[in-house]
Amino acid sequence: MIGIVIKKEFRQIFRNPNILRMMMVMPIIQLIIIPFAADYEIKNIDLAIVNQDNSSYSQRLVQKLVAGNYFQMVEASTDYRTAQESIEKGDADLIITIPHDFEKNIIKENKATISISADAVNGVKAGLGNLYANQIIGQFNAEIREELLVMPRHNEIVNIQTFAQNRYNPHNDYHLFMVPGILALLVTMVGALISTLNIVSEKEKGTIEQINVTPLKKYQFIIGKLTPFWILGMISITIGFIISYVVFGIVSLGGYLSIYLYSGLYLLAVLGIGLLLSTFVDTQQQATLFSFFLMMNFVLLSGLYTAVESMPGWARFLSDLLPPSHFIKVIRSIFIKGSSVVDILPEFGIMAIFAVVLNGLAVMNYRKRA
Amino acid sequence: MKTFLAFVLKEFQHVWRDKRSLFILIAMPVMLMFIFGFALSNEVKNSNIAILCPKPDEEVLSLIEKIDQSKYFTINKMMHNPNEIENYFKQNKGKMVIVFENDFADKLQHDKLANVQLIGDATDPNTATTMIGYAQGIIADYQKSLLGETNLPYAIQVETRMLYNPQLLSAYNFVPGVMALILTLLGTMMTSVSIVKEKEFGSMELLLVSPVKPIMVIFSKALPYALLCFIDVLIILLMARYVLDMPIRGNIFLLLAMSVLFIFTTLSLGLLISNSVDQQQVAMFISLVGLMMPSLIFSGFMFPIENMPKPMQIISNIVPTKWYFEILKSVMVKGLGFSYIWKHTLILVGMTAFFTLVAVRKFKIRLS
Amino acid sequence: MSKEAIIKTQNLTKSFGAFTAVDKISFEAMPGEIFGFLGANGAGKTTAMKMLSGLLKPSSGTASVVGFDVFKQSEMIKKNIGYMSQKFSLYDDLTVEENIAFFGGIYGLRGDVLKLAQMELLERLQLMDQSKKLVASLPLGWKQKLSFSVAMIHKPRLVFLDEPTGGVDPITRRQFWEMIYEAAENGVTIFVTTHYMDEAEYCSRVSIMVDGKIAAMDTPRALKEQFGAKNMDEVFYTLARGAKRGE
Repeated sequence: MIGIVIKKEFRQIFRNPNILRMMMVMPIIQLIIIPFAADYEIKNIDLAIVNQDNSSYSQRLVQKLVAGNYFQMVEASTDYRTAQESIEKGDADLIITIPHDFEKNIIKENKATISISADAVNGVKAGLGNLYANQIIGQFNAEIREELLVMPRHNEIVNIQTFAQNRYNPHNDYHLFMVPGILALLVTMVGALISTLNIVSEKEKGTIEQINVTPLKKYQFIIGKLTPFWILGMISITIGFIISYVVFGIVSLGGYLSIYLYSGLYLLAVLGIGLLLSTFVDTQQQATLFSFFLMMNFVLLSGLYTAVESMPGWARFLSDLLPPSHFIKVIRSIFIKGSSVVDILPEFGIMAIFAVVLNGLAVMNYRKRA
Repeated sequence: MKTFLAFVLKEFQHVWRDKRSLFILIAMPVMLMFIFGFALSNEVKNSNIAILCPKPDEEVLSLIEKIDQSKYFTINKMMHNPNEIENYFKQNKGKMVIVFENDFADKLQHDKLANVQLIGDATDPNTATTMIGYAQGIIADYQKSLLGETNLPYAIQVETRMLYNPQLLSAYNFVPGVMALILTLLGTMMTSVSIVKEKEFGSMELLLVSPVKPIMVIFSKALPYALLCFIDVLIILLMARYVLDMPIRGNIFLLLAMSVLFIFTTLSLGLLISNSVDQQQVAMFISLVGLMMPSLIFSGFMFPIENMPKPMQIISNIVPTKWYFEILKSVMVKGLGFSYIWKHTLILVGMTAFFTLVAVRKFKIRLS
Repeated sequence: MSKEAIIKTQNLTKSFGAFTAVDKISFEAMPGEIFGFLGANGAGKTTAMKMLSGLLKPSSGTASVVGFDVFKQSEMIKKNIGYMSQKFSLYDDLTVEENIAFFGGIYGLRGDVLKLAQMELLERLQLMDQSKKLVASLPLGWKQKLSFSVAMIHKPRLVFLDEPTGGVDPITRRQFWEMIYEAAENGVTIFVTTHYMDEAEYCSRVSIMVDGKIAAMDTPRALKEQFGAKNMDEVFYTLARGAKRGE
């Protein structure tokens, strides 16, 4: 019985170019484009320098600021107003002002002040720009101090040295971080959106009513409907892995078996979401709108866009309630850190619960409707 | 005129009766504002970390205590064996491990030099860097406190001002983005689907043979969504001002005028799409994939444009949402006037005109 | 020998909240009858049919269809009836053949039995050379006939037809009713709802629903006599004048 439904579903899927396009082509294109677009690394901060002190110190400082990889000088002037215009126009991100008598003040008064103005519309950029600037100025400060001081008791200064290690991603390659996450998201989108649209379109056409009147049991209908999508979903993931390797050179450190196992389970949960959603909407327009709404929530709260670590407690709780958050965490874990099945065993359990609950709710809702 | 009003009324009824869609169209901006305003940030708070300290003695413990007490970190594991580090990360228990060397306290006392290793889980490079930075800051503070009151000579002090956004609220970056996104979605997708639906059900011909001019039929379909767009803009602005405490600098009328312009742009694009397709599913597909996705990606809202490879930066110029987003940032956040956005405005006007022209031409072709 | 009624209802009712769509209807349909359910739009006929075919659960009352209780044995009912919905719901994006195979399979036809039934159906409808065409490409009249045949593929004893001739030209309608007659002659009971009053003349017995209740039920001839009408249109008009629901 279920076989009959599966056969029909496959026939319909292959006849409808849109579905195949959506399931295969769209994820591919997005997987290729988004990681290139989604580069959060802050590079090339545009710097406007206001140098009101034409001294050797100020020039040395300017050289030092521009020499590194962080800053790109777009404006150098002697008055603040010009620099401010650059910020307003969007040409500069940061203004560093070296005041009059900078060198004189350091030598004579023992201290001087530098002011930084940052375009903080993008808080991250401003924060990082400020951090880098402070670091460079600090280094410059230490250099000057060494030159000026006669150094007898250098040893009085206690020093705790820190060594930083960026494990698993020594080059801070943002692609490594984004690609598995985007892959996870695309699979989610394909699984939930397509299954919803499919069932809702049967609702709209009236064929569901015709099915309801036959001896075909609801669970047979549902399993028959979802199986082809599950299979196609697994195929999309595989295509995704291939692209990750070919285009980005990213290979799963933890192998692929564990990912497939987990993905299979995850797809069940996602199809459950699609199924559940289809019981709430009547038209394809509503289905698309609702799916989009859900997707937005998934993207924002799952840790794909901003780290879960940065969320307040209640938001972290919400994030944990979303299956995609878990999938993203697991897929990154396996890909980048090489976590094994044993490492993520509790996650299997959690996803299994999701799958059971979501599909269960969906089936219950289906019974009620008729 | 009366017939036109009758059409408009019918369209409003359609939209009003579809309570589910209406709910989403109003709830979405509210939800987005809440999430962006309260849930998302780029800071790190209460993040789980572990300490590896083979022989904890008083010195080390006080430093560890300081770390634990900071709002950034929560220590959820004390390790005694370096082998535990790998599993800690692999099981996703935390994102950083701070390693104190053996005899840390002794070394500090006698050699005046001790080492601390900060191992970050760089799966997410930015978070790892941020966390390491915070840890370094805490350790540096601790070091200063050991030094006592001694001030270093020849000190350069740095004073920083954060312009436009002193508290570094990410809302300032996101609110314009949410506005741009919602208008794009509403204006384009909903309108195009509504028109195509009429075509699909065959009642379009009915409308076209009525005494009302075709352009009026289209207009009447777009009107309810234009109104919804405007309502959403108001909701977002009100929430930004009163719930997120983000002041709206700049001329509010200029802001609203620009929004109306952009609403026209998205509607004209919706019109173009609806004149090119016959099936709802296709209209939705094109709106989502052909417009929403690029808008999300290339508008500069989620991903910084200047970081993208050059070809992508060029593509971003043809996405209308990008221009509106920049207008919003300039006017709403920076408080700038028209003189800074005339170029953007011109581009949007041009795009609107282009879309409308092509759409009307296509429409005429179909009729004949 | 008394024949067992194939449909038996007693005070069958369906309410949606405060709205009572079907209000305590009681009737019996005999095997081999062409039983017509007439009424204006909104009078409750489709709701009544949906209850009898197991699509809707009644709010109160009793009913049995082909000997099974509609409350407790709806699955058995489904196995033994055929149903043709208002939208002729076949899959537009499947071919004629594939639709037949699908629905046949669902009703338990397999292998050779299925193949035979398929061939018979195609021959009878003279669709042999169209069998690989998508249903979407068939003209409305063919879709209608195909839909009816598919509903009968498992040779049920009772078939429900919900407004089966909507939007179809008069010649096709006539042809369709010939198919119905043929089925009835073979002992199949036909339960049909319609708002075309002339089709009422084709039925063995007719029941007219007004505002959820059965206002009249008898053979067409008897009804015309009872109301002194020349045709069923007039009968209906007389009854429906005082109706609160419908057009």
